[in-house]
Amino acid sequence: MRASLKHLMPRLLLYILVVIIVVWTIAPYLWLIISSFSSKLDLLTVPLRWIPSRPTLENYRSLFFEYGGESVNVRLFIKSLTNSVIISLSTMGIATILGVLAAYAIARLRFRGNQGMILTMMSIQLIPPIILVIPLYMIMRQAKLLDTHLGLIIVDLSIALPLVIWLMRSYFASIPSELEDAARIDGCTYLDALFRIVLPLSGPGLVSVMIFAFIASWNEYLYAFIYTNINAKTLPVLIGEFSTKLGLEYLKIAAAGVLASLPPVFLALIFQRFIIRGLTAGAIK
Amino acid sequence: MPGHLVPRSTRVSTLTMQIRSRSRSLADNPQLLGLLLTLPALIAILAVVLIPIFSSFLLSLQQKDLSRPQYDAFIGFKNYLTLLRDSRYLNSLWVTFRFSLTSVILEVILGVSIALVLNQRFVGRGFVRGLMILPWAMPSIVNAAMWKWIYNADYGALNALLTQLHLIDSYRVWLADPTWATILIILANVWKETPFTVILVLAALQAIPEDLYEAARVDGASAWRSFWHITLPLISPVLMVAAMLQFIWGFQTFELVYVTTGGGPFSTTELTTLRIYATTFRSLRFGYGAAMAYLTSLVILIPAVFYVRSAYRRVVEM
Repeated sequence: MRASLKHLMPRLLLYILVVIIVVWTIAPYLWLIISSFSSKLDLLTVPLRWIPSRPTLENYRSLFFEYGGESVNVRLFIKSLTNSVIISLSTMGIATILGVLAAYAIARLRFRGNQGMILTMMSIQLIPPIILVIPLYMIMRQAKLLDTHLGLIIVDLSIALPLVIWLMRSYFASIPSELEDAARIDGCTYLDALFRIVLPLSGPGLVSVMIFAFIASWNEYLYAFIYTNINAKTLPVLIGEFSTKLGLEYLKIAAAGVLASLPPVFLALIFQRFIIRGLTAGAIK
Repeated sequence: MPGHLVPRSTRVSTLTMQIRSRSRSLADNPQLLGLLLTLPALIAILAVVLIPIFSSFLLSLQQKDLSRPQYDAFIGFKNYLTLLRDSRYLNSLWVTFRFSLTSVILEVILGVSIALVLNQRFVGRGFVRGLMILPWAMPSIVNAAMWKWIYNADYGALNALLTQLHLIDSYRVWLADPTWATILIILANVWKETPFTVILVLAALQAIPEDLYEAARVDGASAWRSFWHITLPLISPVLMVAAMLQFIWGFQTFELVYVTTGGGPFSTTELTTLRIYATTFRSLRFGYGAAMAYLTSLVILIPAVFYVRSAYRRVVEM
């Protein structure tokens, strides 16, 4: 009896700690979700009613169907959502294509400048965007790229591309090169080897860099905030505007926040194995 | 070195084969192909990173006020000298340093603690580990809006929770108090960033062979002692990388503070990024803003160089 109690106590403590961790991790987000389904009446009562008495979709409906402001006759939310989708998918596609080619060269080809490229990629990821934001603004203003999709895609590449190259390089390095060596003896070129042997083996790596690139671009705020205005305004910028300008529209902000977080959160949860491998690849290998 | 494995003699010297081999030589020459494959990425990076960094430096040596273009001039390092006496900038630097350092310390302590718990065996472990990715994946602007809503003085969950637990008597305007504002933005930042440390530390923990603990147990070491003498030394390289990265990211934080406190009250949460933004895009002093961004980046560059060097050494070893 005493022995089993002695055995039980650490287990109990462990489960208490796990519960605390789970609550700490999901409680704030859960509150955002609950708020987004609540009506003002429920949230304004004191003491606060934690579970809405009458859950409603009104906050979501108003996001999708109400027109923005007096001056702008567009459905702001739908417009920003579309912009975010276009910009994130394009950034993801371009960064993946350019990044995979460069990463293969860095991982497998011994060429002059190889080491320099590795160092460049690593350093770039540490450059604070705030130092780039001012000169890029002036360049984009001159090139008439402010408030355009293309402009923001190009700028987002500065984040996504080094990330893709860095992760893909470490992924390629983890694939044994024997198969390629054998293929090369049989007369395959490096490019044949890349497309016929390495890439088909790189599915998980490709998925993970694509998700990383997508999330990086989807979540990006500072550049979008400064470089876009109406035409190319992304969802994060719209949410920022909601939460700094509007008075008592918290519930609408909550609904927009939930919707904006769904794509990255779902992708990350579904592909968490790849994400975790990617996150640790940079730091542990 | 795969390039050395191809015997040169396999090139057949008939005319047709020569033509073929010329078109192939591009795809086969590691030097040429290497440059060719990296070129598009290099051009993109040159355009969006390297050129702007250089032009930003030139900008920082100029007086360039978009509102008063008639005074534009090259003034050398005058902007930097002004910065060293700009009390509002120096305050923001201190605020940022305090914010980043406190965040990192909490993230390391919490991150290691959570990782140690999640490394135990318990029912639903996979699920709980998966949850860690939620704050990481969330857009930081949503994180900012979410905490602003929680901290709201009239309807916020924080006030409601604390009154219902009888910890406070009446609702408070949390973000109007300098100390609480500082603490609460750090809390919001720590909530989002800790999972990154957890994920890295968990991976490092799993790489520690079980026999080490077995041997320590045989020698009569307590759990506490094995943590200090086995676990901590083995996870410390990863922990260093995580802490370094998060310190650097702390200096890059913008939207969290911009949305929740706007830098207030009385500039007590005004991070340098907010100061740079206000100087450049509100006051339109582009030269001075660029100098501010440059000087701030130098402060971060010291840990950054440290990180790149240690990471680079590992890459080269591979």
